[in-house]
Amino acid sequence: MAENRNDKDQENAHVSPANNLSAGVDLDKRNFLIASSAVGALGCAAVAVPFVKSMTPSERAKAAGAPVEVDISKIAPGTMMTVEWRGKPVWIINRTPEMIAELAQHDDKLTDAKGDVTSQQPSYCKNADRSIKPGLAVIVGICTHLGCSPTAKMQPKGDMGDTWSGGFFCPCHGSKFDLAGRVFKGSPAPINLVVPPHKYLTENTLLIGVDTEEGA
Amino acid sequence: MSDKNKSVMANVFSNGLNWVDERFPLTSNVKAHLTEYYTPKNFNFWYFFGSLSLLVLVLQILTGIFLTMHYKPDAELAFGSVEYIMRDVPWGWLIRYMHSTGASMFFVVVYMHMFRGIIYGSYRTPRELIWLFGVGIFLCLMGEAFFGYLLPWGQMSYWGAQVIVNLFSAIPFIGPDVSEWLRGDYLVSDATLNRFFAFHVIALPFVLVGLVAAHIIALHEVGSNNPDGIEIKKLKDKVTGIPLDGIPFHPYYTVKDIVGAVVFLMVFSTVIFFAPEMGGYFLEANNFVPANPLVTPAHIAPVWYFTPYYSILRAVPPFPGVGFLGIPPSLFPGVAAMGLSVMVFALLPWLDKSPVKSIRYRGTLYKKWLAAFVVSFVVLGYLGTEPANVWGQFGAWLGNADRATVVARAFTVVYFAFFILMPWYTKKDKTLPVPERVTG
Amino acid sequence: MNNIIKKTLLVLALSTSFILPQMANANEGAHLDKAPVDASNHESLQRGARTFVNNCLNCHSANYMRYNRLLDIGLTEKQIKDNLMFAGEKIGDPMKVAMSKADGKKWFGVAPPDLSVEVRARGADWVYSYLRGFYRDETSATGWGNCVFDPVSCKVSMPHVLYELQGEQAINHETHELTLTKPGKLSAAEYDALVGDLTNFLAYMAEPAKQQRNNMGWFVLLFLGLLLVLTYKLKKAYWKDIH
Repeated sequence: MAENRNDKDQENAHVSPANNLSAGVDLDKRNFLIASSAVGALGCAAVAVPFVKSMTPSERAKAAGAPVEVDISKIAPGTMMTVEWRGKPVWIINRTPEMIAELAQHDDKLTDAKGDVTSQQPSYCKNADRSIKPGLAVIVGICTHLGCSPTAKMQPKGDMGDTWSGGFFCPCHGSKFDLAGRVFKGSPAPINLVVPPHKYLTENTLLIGVDTEEGA
Repeated sequence: MSDKNKSVMANVFSNGLNWVDERFPLTSNVKAHLTEYYTPKNFNFWYFFGSLSLLVLVLQILTGIFLTMHYKPDAELAFGSVEYIMRDVPWGWLIRYMHSTGASMFFVVVYMHMFRGIIYGSYRTPRELIWLFGVGIFLCLMGEAFFGYLLPWGQMSYWGAQVIVNLFSAIPFIGPDVSEWLRGDYLVSDATLNRFFAFHVIALPFVLVGLVAAHIIALHEVGSNNPDGIEIKKLKDKVTGIPLDGIPFHPYYTVKDIVGAVVFLMVFSTVIFFAPEMGGYFLEANNFVPANPLVTPAHIAPVWYFTPYYSILRAVPPFPGVGFLGIPPSLFPGVAAMGLSVMVFALLPWLDKSPVKSIRYRGTLYKKWLAAFVVSFVVLGYLGTEPANVWGQFGAWLGNADRATVVARAFTVVYFAFFILMPWYTKKDKTLPVPERVTG
Repeated sequence: MNNIIKKTLLVLALSTSFILPQMANANEGAHLDKAPVDASNHESLQRGARTFVNNCLNCHSANYMRYNRLLDIGLTEKQIKDNLMFAGEKIGDPMKVAMSKADGKKWFGVAPPDLSVEVRARGADWVYSYLRGFYRDETSATGWGNCVFDPVSCKVSMPHVLYELQGEQAINHETHELTLTKPGKLSAAEYDALVGDLTNFLAYMAEPAKQQRNNMGWFVLLFLGLLLVLTYKLKKAYWKDIH
């Protein structure tokens, strides 16, 4: 440094030609600029991963959302029970033979009688009564309109009028569903209620939330 | 890409830039603070720590935001929520360790940055305000560290807060009311935790960022000092008006600071991945025990960055009281000394009477005082981590006093003498002639 | 100037050299034996987990530890369910304990602490020495003393739960030396191994991510090393213009 200072050309700190020039471009600078930027950007992306992932469901959330085992032996015919799965009400309805028979009678009043909207039930429940065993319906009790939980109106007629054949009625905006969770035409709700993935562990034990096709 | 395409791209870019510049001073700011901000070309090792402090600040804010998403500022839940972050939140342990290590590393880089300012006289005219903003940042940082340390709600969190809040009760007359008001309860409790959380995540970060902005604006107004302590603006190129010893901050110091940042990140990562507790200095063992208001841990010490001042607090004897005047005994002198030991840094610009700024051209007298100060700072720092009986007691000839306490008292005197006697020894010191231009 | 700097550095080096070893061991007093902690030894961790669930989890909870985390130490979901869990618990549940805090306080004087992070609070060596440090003390309420727990009074609220396995020890009150007076089901070496596995498990449980953290650290440092070379070359390329 001391020697340089006497050199007149080097008097000014920011005047100096670079030595590795090619057509006016400093290759050293360009190459290392590209390399450092690329590796640096990779590093930043790698650091971003843990931060983004930290916002996904935690082990606690996963544990709370784990499949639920239910003893179904206590549900009397023609009644239902509600269990919680991932914070949502899941109805388990013990349908009588009359109720099952009625399900086949009103297809013309339904928006999607066949379960053609595949997102609303597992493939093994895409059948006439949307269930594994016709006598037992498993349905997520959340209205597909705006997320209220419909009220059970399981018996025909009554305060629902003479044409009512049994089902569910949403208190928020008046959507109507039958006992397979299928939506009646003219309801604000556009599609059928969701049938969650489920399977039978034994004759009387139901596992709700296990997400495998082998459940069928 | 053909040449024609290239020129189209260039056109789009320059039109876009013009559009922004007509609405926001982007280009002029980039020039003023980066490409045409002229910086002395002779920065050395010590000059990395400014940009590193900024890096750590950004890391702390970023990791802090993500911790806030999972942490619960509730005395019943706080401890568990930290363990929840450490175990159940995906990658939570990494984010938490980054934050806890970042707290200590913040003080490492800021202490280095302050030491740089001291040895090269960066607080001298015309940089007094930069220094004062810096002291403000330091105080703010201490507040951040203190409030943040309560949040894990472990035993050290709890009793550390208890002791520090009680310091305020030593203030004559209003003290007890002040500390009760700070706690919001008769003891450190849920109310205290909740308000410390508010200070830690909202109030102080705002002040901190504001002060950092002021610090940098003031710096860019007067320009950087350098290891020679001479003003590069005095000698400018006659044609361009650019300082002869100045180089644009960008690209020269951006590329240099990036190298420093990578080295720092290697040190930082080594701590995070291999020694996040740092042998009890960064994360204390007792803080893995949930806070218990009924049991004080056997050995309680503040985190390392507070220990020099804590030592001074313990070293200064209490005021014995004046019985016949009705003045009660008080621990106020120790508390006041501790406060002064931090605040006294703010006076440096006016205590230093030397004709030169940099240690390079100072005489041996100053160097000896500085060395004495550094040693006393470190020894006080060490003693603050240990109980007062760590070195045993002197014999009866010194009233069986704790050795460590006597040593701490001696170094407390040295600590303050460095500042109080500065006007005298800096004037008396034999300085060397300062060169016109910067050296290597 | 160099002279002063050198002297200052020497003083600092001397002062730091005796600071660092001091803090590492926050539990002064009792002599502690080195615990055989090895997070990569999955068999040891699995044995330790079984000992923990069978003996400790009756009174001590591990509320921050979920059963399914044990998949990390090589157990299968079925093994965990069949061997380590009670009926009715779910695999994602934390290791809770049925005994309430109030009951614990009534029975032992203090509520048994949660053990999730005990090793981080006490150190693995402490836990290892403590569990091997019980001796017969007819004067205490539980019938047991332990000088690791409290080097001054040698009092401890926890009874010697592993007593059937270890047998009984007696203490020499002068030297605090322990001698086996009544052998248990295990030999001294077998008991040490059992407690070693248990301590290893407790250390693992205190920070389950530790292994992952250490492994990752090398990749991060390697990556930063590469970045350092590139950025240093970049800096050189720019700074060659500056004289």
